Amino acid sequence: MSDPVLSIRGLTLALPKGADRPYAVEDVSYDVHGSEILCVVGESGSGKSMAANAVMGLLPKGVRATGGEVMFDGQNLLTLTEKQHRELRGLRIGMIFQEPMTALNPLMRVGAQIGEVFEAHNKLTPPERQARALELLIEVGIPQPEKAIRAYPFELSGGQRQRVMIAMALALEPELLIADEPTTALDVTTQAQILELIADLQRRHGMAVMFITHDFGVVAEIATRVCVMREGRIVELGTARDVLERPQHDYTRALIEAIPGNRIPESRYLDPPTPLLEVSHLHKVFRSRGGLFKASREVHALDDVSFILAPGETLGVVGESGSGKSTLGRCVVRLERPDSGTLTLSGIDLSSLKGEALRRERRRVQMIFQDPYASLNPRTRVGMAIAQGPIANGVARDKALKQADELLELVGLGGVADRFPHEFSGGQRQRIGIARALALDPELIVADEAVSALDVSIQAQILHLLEDLKHRLSLSLLFITHDLRVAAQICDRILVMQNGRIVEQGSARDVFLNPQAAYTRELLAAIPGREQALASA
Amino acid sequence: MLYARLIASRLFKAVIVLFMIIILNFFLIQLAPGDPAAILAGEAGATDEEFLRQLRERFGLDQPLYVQLWRYVSGVATLDFGYSYRQQMPVLDLILARLPATLLLTGTAFVLSLVLGIVAGSLAAARVKKPSGSIIMALALLFYATPLFWVALMSVVVFSVYLDWLPAYGLYTVGAGHTGFALALDVGKHLILPATTLALFFMAIYTRMTRASMLDASQQDFVKTARAKGLKNSVIQRRHILRNALLPIITLAGLQAGQMVGGAILTETVFAWPGIGRLMFEALQQRDYNLLLGIFFFSAALVIVFNIITDLVYGLADPRIKGGS
Repeated sequence: MSDPVLSIRGLTLALPKGADRPYAVEDVSYDVHGSEILCVVGESGSGKSMAANAVMGLLPKGVRATGGEVMFDGQNLLTLTEKQHRELRGLRIGMIFQEPMTALNPLMRVGAQIGEVFEAHNKLTPPERQARALELLIEVGIPQPEKAIRAYPFELSGGQRQRVMIAMALALEPELLIADEPTTALDVTTQAQILELIADLQRRHGMAVMFITHDFGVVAEIATRVCVMREGRIVELGTARDVLERPQHDYTRALIEAIPGNRIPESRYLDPPTPLLEVSHLHKVFRSRGGLFKASREVHALDDVSFILAPGETLGVVGESGSGKSTLGRCVVRLERPDSGTLTLSGIDLSSLKGEALRRERRRVQMIFQDPYASLNPRTRVGMAIAQGPIANGVARDKALKQADELLELVGLGGVADRFPHEFSGGQRQRIGIARALALDPELIVADEAVSALDVSIQAQILHLLEDLKHRLSLSLLFITHDLRVAAQICDRILVMQNGRIVEQGSARDVFLNPQAAYTRELLAAIPGREQALASA
Repeated sequence: MLYARLIASRLFKAVIVLFMIIILNFFLIQLAPGDPAAILAGEAGATDEEFLRQLRERFGLDQPLYVQLWRYVSGVATLDFGYSYRQQMPVLDLILARLPATLLLTGTAFVLSLVLGIVAGSLAAARVKKPSGSIIMALALLFYATPLFWVALMSVVVFSVYLDWLPAYGLYTVGAGHTGFALALDVGKHLILPATTLALFFMAIYTRMTRASMLDASQQDFVKTARAKGLKNSVIQRRHILRNALLPIITLAGLQAGQMVGGAILTETVFAWPGIGRLMFEALQQRDYNLLLGIFFFSAALVIVFNIITDLVYGLADPRIKGGS
């Protein structure tokens, strides 16, 4: 094999005093060769991004390199001055980031932001920079590049912004491209396009690519070689084929197994006599407030949505952002009032209830929210957070708090009722969120992207917990997710939504193995690592 | 085109708001205790009923309220703000005579505080955790906390009385007969102390706000993108961080600008500056209601104008607003 473009040897990065461990990464060594994609995989806190930050000279404040070397083109990047490092950035090492929504300056036109890369390294004249920016936008496949170059970031979609980021990183044809979770924030079909684009550009330019991700599906899709990290150390390093098919380390095996979707369950429900929830012809339109001189805009978030949910069933609602799936969930818990249509929960129409009558029925449908960090009041002890619902419904305070203890026990967090939310990890908080939803003894739980913000191993635990509770407490679940692999693992039946409409519904097995709608096929084809998943299904 | 429509809609709303302010002002003055006719009569030394009746008739005070209101509103619509009985001059002439001096003072203070505040704030943000940055913030806190009148008096004591560098009061040197450039220089000298005094407080606020806003903006993802491009730190500070940090400053500057007519009473009084602030103070003491109403109208109109300008500037500074998202 040729000499590596980047060679990391024994790199150790010290965290500031008081962090939860002394080193961000410890004694890490790996190479990135030209014309290969090295995937660095790990869960949050594994230190997978830290080595990349050291390569770029963009380490967060307080993190220092205390050992090892990072060799690039014969020089140790750790010993460079800021000025020397700056001259490498953008010119010979490009980088793209996770959040396309915030990674571009909102006040500058796209063309100007690409032009800055040339300006930073004193290349080309201003008109040449714009001409080159246009070529780059064409190369990364932005629709209407002549318009896009004059656009502000807010006028572009997430996928288009990520293409702009890639155009910027490629502007000066760097030898090394670092991509830090570049597709994590994108919809699945957009993710597939961006992965294809990166792989394609890598081949055409013969770059070395260091691709940081938490998702083994993405690894299966794109990696030449894989480096698995855990708590700052490398646990496994090898070719993509070896690591995916014959993982040596238990942790790698656990991560690969934790990817949901490697099995699709048999439908467990048979046609029931009476549905628990019956939704028919639900409509919801959002209107942007028009002014005196401004026309209002209408978005059909729900367009004639009808379905039934049987008692004890888990019904998955899948779709990309903007499909109306979250609005559906919010209508079912009546946080949102549908414009027309009915929502009947065991005989009572929730859609028309108001005031006190609505308040009384609310406890029957409860919600688990997406963000385990934002959905708990930071100043309320978790026991109280759980007890507040029953107290509001007239249960005595002492009794409600005692129940909260039992519920925490039930979700696997005994004896923590008097702690505050910040003392818990994301997975633990989501358990608290589940306990809170259960506190009112609901008949139906709406889980809106309940595991999307969690690492895969935690995701698997929470899904398992939900499954277990559902059986023990005979609950029904409306499970909203953008992640088809998660849906495949937990749902009995699936609704596929697009632009506010249900495009397909059926048993999970039918939807996944024999999709009818073109859009469903498109979604399934976009799942990273799909061939592998189907092979083992 | 969207922009032109935006301006048209804002102007239309402004006219309605202004009309409501005129009506509100009128009733506010009606609520004030004391009979203007009795005060006028008292000053003239006469107390008999017949004279009072004549006064009321002459100034329309004997008419029902709605007639008085109608007369006032239709007067304002034709830029007739009535007559100041105390000063024996039309209100409009009085205000127009004083307005330039006030706008010169408050406008200079506005520009001074905005420019110095943003510069000081950027420096403090770039030097966070360094002694020089802390010194800037300590000074800003001092200016923020010190009462305006005390700064005014002390600056007179130091720069006029003790050092004798600058004149202590007035708009220009009375009796010197300067014209042209010499006059401008003379006014400029007189302007330095009051304008600086007035600017200090807002400068302190801009400094603190610019710093906080820039530190906030420097945490944003696009700053990391800019660094990954290999841009120089100074370019990142100016083009990426400062530009994004300026948005809240525009809001605050709009508020300050709206106070330009009525916000300098204290400074004008200490420095004997012949502006609107002092005119308003005198009108208040003398219950010169027509004059007060006129000044209220001008202050309100200025606030509305600067609100519109602020919105337009915001639209220029942040493309997301013009796009209506």
